[in-house]
Amino acid sequence: MPKLTVDGIEVEVPAGTTVLQACEAAGKEIPRFCYHERLSIAGNCRMCLVELEKAPKPIASCAYPVADNMVIHTDTPGVKAARRGVMEFLLINHPLDCPICDQGGECDLQDQAVGYGFDHSRYEENKRAVKDKNLGPLIKTAMTRCIHCTRCVRFATEVAGVAELGATGRGEAMEIGTYVEHALTSELSGNMIDLCPVGALTSKPYAFVARPWELSRTDGIDATDAVGSNIRIDSRGPQVLRILPRLNEAVNEEWISDKTRFSNDGLTRRRLDKPWIREGGKLRPASWNEAFAAIAARTKGLAGDRIAALAGDMVDVEAMAALRDLMAALGSGNIDCRQDGARIDASRRDFYLFNTTIAGIEQADAALLIGTNPRREAAVLNARLRKRSLAGRFPIGLVGEGADLTYPYAHLGDGPAALAALLDGSSPFLEALKGASHPMVIIGQGAIARPDGAAVLAAAWTIAREIGALGAAWHGFNMLHMAAGRVGALDIGFLPHGGGRDRDGILAGAGNGEIDLVWLLGADEIPMDRLGRAFVVYQGHHGDAGAKRADVILPGAAYVEKDGTWVSTEGRVQRAARAVFPPGEAREDWAIIRAASAALGHALPYGDIAGVRARAEALGAGRLDAPLGGGCIDQGGPSGDPRMLGTEAFAAPVTDYYRTDAIGRASPTMAACAASVAPTSAVAAE
Amino acid sequence: MGVMDRTMRGFFLSELVSGMALTLRYFFKPKVTINYPYEKGPISPRFKGEHALRRYPNGEERCIACKLCEAVCPAQAITIEAEPRDDGSRRTTRYDIDMTKCIYCGLCEEACPVDAIVEGPNFEFSTETREELLYNKDRLLANGDRWEAEIASRLAADAPYR
Repeated sequence: MPKLTVDGIEVEVPAGTTVLQACEAAGKEIPRFCYHERLSIAGNCRMCLVELEKAPKPIASCAYPVADNMVIHTDTPGVKAARRGVMEFLLINHPLDCPICDQGGECDLQDQAVGYGFDHSRYEENKRAVKDKNLGPLIKTAMTRCIHCTRCVRFATEVAGVAELGATGRGEAMEIGTYVEHALTSELSGNMIDLCPVGALTSKPYAFVARPWELSRTDGIDATDAVGSNIRIDSRGPQVLRILPRLNEAVNEEWISDKTRFSNDGLTRRRLDKPWIREGGKLRPASWNEAFAAIAARTKGLAGDRIAALAGDMVDVEAMAALRDLMAALGSGNIDCRQDGARIDASRRDFYLFNTTIAGIEQADAALLIGTNPRREAAVLNARLRKRSLAGRFPIGLVGEGADLTYPYAHLGDGPAALAALLDGSSPFLEALKGASHPMVIIGQGAIARPDGAAVLAAAWTIAREIGALGAAWHGFNMLHMAAGRVGALDIGFLPHGGGRDRDGILAGAGNGEIDLVWLLGADEIPMDRLGRAFVVYQGHHGDAGAKRADVILPGAAYVEKDGTWVSTEGRVQRAARAVFPPGEAREDWAIIRAASAALGHALPYGDIAGVRARAEALGAGRLDAPLGGGCIDQGGPSGDPRMLGTEAFAAPVTDYYRTDAIGRASPTMAACAASVAPTSAVAAE
Repeated sequence: MGVMDRTMRGFFLSELVSGMALTLRYFFKPKVTINYPYEKGPISPRFKGEHALRRYPNGEERCIACKLCEAVCPAQAITIEAEPRDDGSRRTTRYDIDMTKCIYCGLCEEACPVDAIVEGPNFEFSTETREELLYNKDRLLANGDRWEAEIASRLAADAPYR
């Protein structure tokens, strides 16, 4: 561990760190544009110059490794003059259009020009102008503002894994762009907007909408996929204007997917803002009391086994706990949270969790992906897999539909046949898995949402056991979920109980008249035509498939509009705060169920959110501070016979990445994204 | 002063005469009052009166929706909403000033990078209802069009001191 002195402060840092990091360790702020902790070092902005004793000239601290006994000065007149000079050069070609620039107010260049720059420029010639590039429907460019830090290029190449951006030309003719004009194909492209230290890359949907000082910030949890990305919700008045990532090393580092970031404009469109009742085949607006009365009239005298409930993908734990209690009070065990019919065995928690944890991926040294395309199902988690892959010695095998995952993998087969080969030891990839000390198996919903799903699940567990992934200190069996609410639902047992029907049973029962009332809690992804003549209560926030079929609509709150708890695919319990109020008469979901329970004559025994949370915890919901990860205690596998594997190939569950949920389907930005990728995917298919 | 003296002064109305003489003297001096509203006093080029939104000579509105005036306004009287116009430029869709909140400090004018929002010379904009004092963008632009010649000359007159 080299020791060095920064402005008279002695610090000891690990070998291989840079002078810039050492200065930060000493509490000194070093201005920088091109340097970023998570990207490779470029050293081209020259803003981080510091003085090193005995060196002939200032050094770029971001690219200079530390050595023993270095003496660094960060606040000498020489350093200040060097920074001023660099800033003057950077501003030579940077336009003075801060008033019309969306980065204004949160711009690194603005802040550092004020903090470290010179007060005037000596440059009197014409500034250069650069043609704007078309990077698709998400990123707006103003390339004249670019200072060539190449953060976006490095992000695209290293983290996103799409080498689509680059610099052409040299010196003043240098331009950043896609070599051939096309929209970026990455699901993480929005992060470039955060990375860009100037206003060259800004958010297209957010263009000119607001200034950073107008926004109020709320810490939230993303519910568009099951990663549980930590987000910051920026709102003004009743509207969520943008969503940015929040730093959480264990989950999303500082990235979020484009769906997380840009689907917020769907929150103001196609919303259910008042209750509706179907009368004579047509929906009419109603009051809350009328809606509850309509449900009460229907449930009156109805046996419990003729009532069923299905929970959707974005629902919070509190609402599901309340609905589970209401159904139990009505005498029904026909409840299910697995809209896609996934054959999840919920008898033990590690059968349905991403046990390795997302951060744990970095310790893994071999991976087997079964029926999953993490790039589409959990883009941020895929970035972690890519990070691990880039670090080297990480053989990855894929069983399922082949796709560009942004890292190399061995395609072992399309369907269960490849799993059988892994089970009987005939697959050559088995050696790589067995040779690994920390192997991991990731099974996706595409592999288990099918008739032989239980067998596939058991087979995956067996393979994990065979390759030594189920150790006392290492749990390498992972299920990758796509629905933010799924793990929370499984935790509290939003599953058929007491001889109740599962999702297929409910659909069949509704179809043949054995079930008279189906309560859909934000469930839009089921085949509505199979609900037959059942009376459908839809409680949700968007006028999507469920609301279309519903007989009574109860307007609920979207994920940013309620204090809620979500459990991520790795079992991480996270709580989000309400950023804005639900529109119109819509209310928080647990409160709707509580009010309905009173109208149905089975008032639930809690009246505030703390009561619901206590009840959810009693039902088995994890605590916020529950530890994650750990080894496998019991190697006994889930129910299901690995020999009963079918023959059909695993189908990818996500075909349209941008529109997997009701919010995404209501979002014009997501529609534009889907339209922009459609031609390319059609070309790729040919 | 004797009784006689006082009586004689009263008899000849000398106090009244001296007072009337003073009045007569002022009658022939230059007047300090003006005949408002037919006459108006001079006002400084920096006078802060009614707001106006200006245009460029080619008719293009100056305001670029940077929202600096909204941010600086100590009375929070300004409300701005913006979005890209069809040609891609940054423009306001809404520019409201609540003149009942405004304290006429002129900070909006100081903050404006393009001299779009100005406080003009007009101080006669009293209304009969409160609602009429909630100005919108059309009203402000109309003010600008009406007062542009005067505003431009005021800005030119003040320019050497800035």
